[in-house]
Amino acid sequence: MVRVPLFKLAHARSGDKGDTANIGLIAYKPEYYPLLVEHVTAERVKEHFRGICHGDVERYELPNLGALNFVLHHALGGGGTISLRTDAQGKTLSTALLRMVIEIDEETARRLGLE
Amino acid sequence: MIRIANGQGFWGDWREAPIRQVEGGPIDYLTLDYLAEVTMSIMQKQKRRDPRLGYAKDFVPLMERLLPQCVDRQIRVISNAGGVNPSACAEAVIDVARKLDLRGVKIGIVAGDDILDRLDALIDAGHELRDLDTGRPLSAIREHVQSANVYFGAAPIVEALRQGAQIVITGRCTDTGLTLAPMIFEFGWKDDEWDKLAAGTVAGHIVECGAQCTGGNCQADWQSIPDLANIGFPIVEAEEDGSFIITKHEGTGGRVSPATIKEQLLYEIGDPRQYITPECIADFTTIQLEEVGENRVRVFGVKGRPATPFYKVSISYFAGYKAVGTMVYSWPDAYAKAREADRIVRQRLADLGLEFDEILTEFLAVNACHGPLAPDPPSDIAEVQLRIGVRSTDWAAVDRFTREIAPLILTGPPTATGFAGGRPRVEEIIAYWPALLPKSEAEPSIEIVES
Repeated sequence: MVRVPLFKLAHARSGDKGDTANIGLIAYKPEYYPLLVEHVTAERVKEHFRGICHGDVERYELPNLGALNFVLHHALGGGGTISLRTDAQGKTLSTALLRMVIEIDEETARRLGLE
Repeated sequence: MIRIANGQGFWGDWREAPIRQVEGGPIDYLTLDYLAEVTMSIMQKQKRRDPRLGYAKDFVPLMERLLPQCVDRQIRVISNAGGVNPSACAEAVIDVARKLDLRGVKIGIVAGDDILDRLDALIDAGHELRDLDTGRPLSAIREHVQSANVYFGAAPIVEALRQGAQIVITGRCTDTGLTLAPMIFEFGWKDDEWDKLAAGTVAGHIVECGAQCTGGNCQADWQSIPDLANIGFPIVEAEEDGSFIITKHEGTGGRVSPATIKEQLLYEIGDPRQYITPECIADFTTIQLEEVGENRVRVFGVKGRPATPFYKVSISYFAGYKAVGTMVYSWPDAYAKAREADRIVRQRLADLGLEFDEILTEFLAVNACHGPLAPDPPSDIAEVQLRIGVRSTDWAAVDRFTREIAPLILTGPPTATGFAGGRPRVEEIIAYWPALLPKSEAEPSIEIVES
């Protein structure tokens, strides 16, 4: 297996609606999108954000944009003006998601030039 | 084809942007978004103190600068600068027009969104105005409400344009409505042309945050994005069939590419199949992008569905007090010193018997952004900023906290610095309460005034 950090495969943008954050995860190349769909599941993202996101995580697919949208509930310390966090609006949760490392098989890695 | 330029993504955005949008090339419409959720409560407070206030004051000198050119070139301006007092805003712009000796300039005023005075009647009539996030009814915090506004969409702006307005000033309305309105007006789109309305809504969503779709705050290859100092703000080249091109003026910095557009499309959305506005429900999974030239991306294929019978309501309410204190510690043992200082402050607060709803500690340069996902800092880290925030409904507790930071300088770990800003301020928390209201319960009003 080959370990690949998400920041090599995708870029992202995050924002807030109250205490809910969303993270758009966008594949750099169309051929990376299936990897995101397979490996970056809602469960995996909830686990990744343990200690930050205290609610459910929903995932939506946008194959037309080669992108996934994650909605993280109770993820901003109360949100908006209530939150005491530096990043009360969740602007940096995008790059926090890009810290995730996924494991892909060697043949796929070779085919996609990700070795 | 019509060109709709966005010149302001929020109140406090780059002041040069609207001027450059008008002076930098051809446009037909200039849209300016000034209202964030907390802005309305600030404006209500200003209006209570002075009935002539309660709108985005920056809009007036901007119009003084741009109005002659806009009149000359027949550029129409659409803005939610009216805040909680659109007619006072319009009056101030009329004064400016007269000063510039511009006669006959028509200003459309869109109001009726302010339902603060009607809240009790609405609750009595059975509208619970439940918080969309928590499900609680508004009665739980009724006495703390500071402002309450319905989000109108494009429709009243379209009506103002039909009545000949050169400038349209609204109160609370959807950000997307500012961009969609000129399309409905120019192309004569009908109320049930869902795909076209959805396409115009998508265009509005792309440009509503200003340069955030033209290379600002863009992660994709950010270091290669040219000349952010002169970043161009977005322009929609809209076609009657609902397709449009996103671009920016020639010679400006930044970038328009599928990557910059995709990042903005995914900004602050929930279920992409259900992007709900007063006009329609747009399906973001139908959006197609095509790069058709340098800094030109064509958007097409957007599908929409019928609107819901509700308006969204934005309510703000007083929710207690907070304060944030910081202190910087230097090498050696910077992180250990900052952690010890945090422990000391917390012990002193506990010894005083003070209670808070929350005390939050962050260490800037260590974990403030990414929390537990951040790696351990290097042992020789040059400096760390301790940042402690507290929140309480008890003003005295928060005030006492603000007096427990400076003593660290002489009574805590060594090398404390960075305190020149003085004692932290106690801030009122004005929180946000989103709700729904049947459309039949709120009617926009449109008035035209003339210089």
